[in-house]
Amino acid sequence: MLRYVLKRLVSLVISLAVASLVIFLAIEVVPGDPAAYMLGMNAQADTLAALRDQLGLNGSVFERYTSWVGGMLVGDFGTSYTYRTPVAEMIGDRMWISLPLAAYALTLSTVIAFPAGVWAASRRGSAADMGVMGVTQLGVAIPNFWFAMLMVLVFAINLGWFSAGGFAGWEQGFLAGMKSLTLPAIALALPQASILTRVMRSSLLDTLSEDFIRTARAKGLTRRQVLWRHALRNAMIPVLTIIGMQFSFLLAGAIIIENVFFLPGLGRLVFQAISARDLIVVESVVMLLVFAVIMVNFAVDLAYAAVDPRLRGRR
Amino acid sequence: MEHVNVTRGMASMLALVAGVGMAQAKTDIVVGMQLEPPHLDPTSAAAGAIDEVLYANVFEGLTRFGPDGAVNPGLAESWEISEDGTVYTFKLREGVTFHDGSTMDAEDVKFSLDRARAADSANAQKALFAGITDVEVVDPQTVKVTLEAANGSFLFNMAWGDAVIVAPESIENIKTNPVGTGAFKFDNWVQGDRIDIVKNPDYWGEPAKLDRATFKFISDPTAAFAAVMAEDVHAFVGFPAPENLPQFDADPRFQVLIGSTEGETILSTNNKQAPFDDVRVRKALAHAIDRQAIIDGAMFGYGTPIGTHFAPHHPDYVDLTANSAYDPELAKSLLAEAGFADGFTTTLKLPPPAYARRGGEIIASQLRAVGIETEISNLEWAQWLEQVFTGKDFGLTIVSHTEPMDIGIYGNPEYYFQYDDADFQQIMTDLTAESDPAARSALMKQAQEKISADYVNGYLFQLAALRVANAKVVGLWENMPTQANDLTAVYWQE
Repeated sequence: MLRYVLKRLVSLVISLAVASLVIFLAIEVVPGDPAAYMLGMNAQADTLAALRDQLGLNGSVFERYTSWVGGMLVGDFGTSYTYRTPVAEMIGDRMWISLPLAAYALTLSTVIAFPAGVWAASRRGSAADMGVMGVTQLGVAIPNFWFAMLMVLVFAINLGWFSAGGFAGWEQGFLAGMKSLTLPAIALALPQASILTRVMRSSLLDTLSEDFIRTARAKGLTRRQVLWRHALRNAMIPVLTIIGMQFSFLLAGAIIIENVFFLPGLGRLVFQAISARDLIVVESVVMLLVFAVIMVNFAVDLAYAAVDPRLRGRR
Repeated sequence: MEHVNVTRGMASMLALVAGVGMAQAKTDIVVGMQLEPPHLDPTSAAAGAIDEVLYANVFEGLTRFGPDGAVNPGLAESWEISEDGTVYTFKLREGVTFHDGSTMDAEDVKFSLDRARAADSANAQKALFAGITDVEVVDPQTVKVTLEAANGSFLFNMAWGDAVIVAPESIENIKTNPVGTGAFKFDNWVQGDRIDIVKNPDYWGEPAKLDRATFKFISDPTAAFAAVMAEDVHAFVGFPAPENLPQFDADPRFQVLIGSTEGETILSTNNKQAPFDDVRVRKALAHAIDRQAIIDGAMFGYGTPIGTHFAPHHPDYVDLTANSAYDPELAKSLLAEAGFADGFTTTLKLPPPAYARRGGEIIASQLRAVGIETEISNLEWAQWLEQVFTGKDFGLTIVSHTEPMDIGIYGNPEYYFQYDDADFQQIMTDLTAESDPAARSALMKQAQEKISADYVNGYLFQLAALRVANAKVVGLWENMPTQANDLTAVYWQE
């Protein structure tokens, strides 16, 4: 087990190093000068030069890369060109929305998908199974931003139960914060829950048709006992993979939903920073997201090992 | 502070329980805006959003723009101008304090003006201060500003958001904690979300009627619509979905305010790039464009046609739209005369705003009708600045020039559309030196006629200021003579 963990750790570090280089180079070649963007159409040449100097844009690419990576290693993500505040602080603020939102959506999606998937699989071919499959088909097909707008129309504009968007702020209390995140979390969770339900169902059906299940049934276990004791555990690997991918996606991919609900999350920060050519912010946030994805994958790898003892033994 | 939060927390809990929005408080307002300021220093960035939050609310200058665009006394209560027009002696108001409690005096004025014109200044409108040779503190209430040469626009220039008075003590953190002299104090900025300002109880002038104002940043047009409809915001300035305005107009809960802005929207033309270096081609371009079709198609009818680079609501505006009336046949014959009977192909580079993207498609089809093919490319602002504005690598582009009274850009041959005309430059030189209002007015008319006759750019329309507000909100500016949302006179009607 230790060997397995070490191996995963080494690959994690290499991935991070390569990612930092790719991100930096990719973003540095984007055309557009942040100083010109800030000063607009009436700026004079000497003003531009003065601002570029203040922002530290005049150093070589190598210098800027090493100072960026060096800073990150000690937790210093640099200072935003436009906002003039530390990037770490900005990311920290946005995290308080993006992380709870992703967790909320993932929780909703899992809470819906598990029972729905197991229920459908255990009644394969029945009307209930068909119903679940039909609804999830729809859930996958509906674009989440459209669904979000629909919810705003119904629950915010017509019924007035929720505000149309925005974040109340955690200082208003946990409930008020969660309330602002409810519609966005549902919008994010709908397609995720649908996918997860389908994966759960098909993985469980695959497992249920395997030999060891027949053996277990032959031993005299009831269908229910087989399902809960043997099949579910073995069906978990693909499900865990999907959950891991979904969490990364929810953290980074909520940009559109954040826009629809005007939530000040990470996605919106990247969106604004790209158009303002606030490269240091873009680089740092993207790097952080890569880090999160890699960490989630690492955790999923460990979870595999926990559910599947065969993985621990192998090289 | 603690009890405020508790109260607000309880209120939102109640709202949660009741399942409805908070009861309308009569002393605060939430104003929606599409763009968020990059930072909060109006004296070191071009972003209009900074002024839209802070101008007149938090920061004030020596002079200030009134709702009608007139230049009124601000922190200077009066001034004297020397006979030759080169020395301005400003008498400052008594008893003005910054929000941190320190006194605003002549030293602060000197600091502000010197900072803006310094060699390492990051002021986006540094040209406003170009003529200043000396700023002298006579006594705490008196400042003497000496100019190189008489400048008839000096008081106008001092009213810009880029010329507001700041204090040396608070300059270090101005970008996140702006300290001004205005009727509102900066309170809080949740980046990506909102900025709160609160009433300044120690204001020198007429106090603000509201206790608190929140600017909420909502970039998505659909989200903006939903926020107004759900009454999450009480007013939305620069409303990004003009197609929805009739719906608000029909709803008694709302009022729709359509005003004018300083934004001349033009089909900017590269005067140095062939074939646009031929005035006949530019004239053909002007006659090939159907302005009203662009206004109707791209702006849903909101906007005033213009025939030159000047705001139609200005008293000196000359209506020159007839110079470039829609006449595709004339355009074709002009092209033939210039040797382009079979037309030609050029580039049309479009920045992100809807007026450019939507207007660009319409213009492309109108140009195609007279034989001009355009290769459209959609650019982000940063790319547009680099390629078009700085690199001058374009044939045509569409952009709204939002600075007030900016016809002077035609006097700069290096400016991106590269109009180089000695006669026009002379008019600008004369205008700067002239302080007699009648003579200035005549020169401004002459300047408008000159660029219209030279067909420097395709003049499309004056951008409209589109706002939606709760029907009970009173006191919002009707027009936008500068990019500002002066909330000092805004209140809720009972």
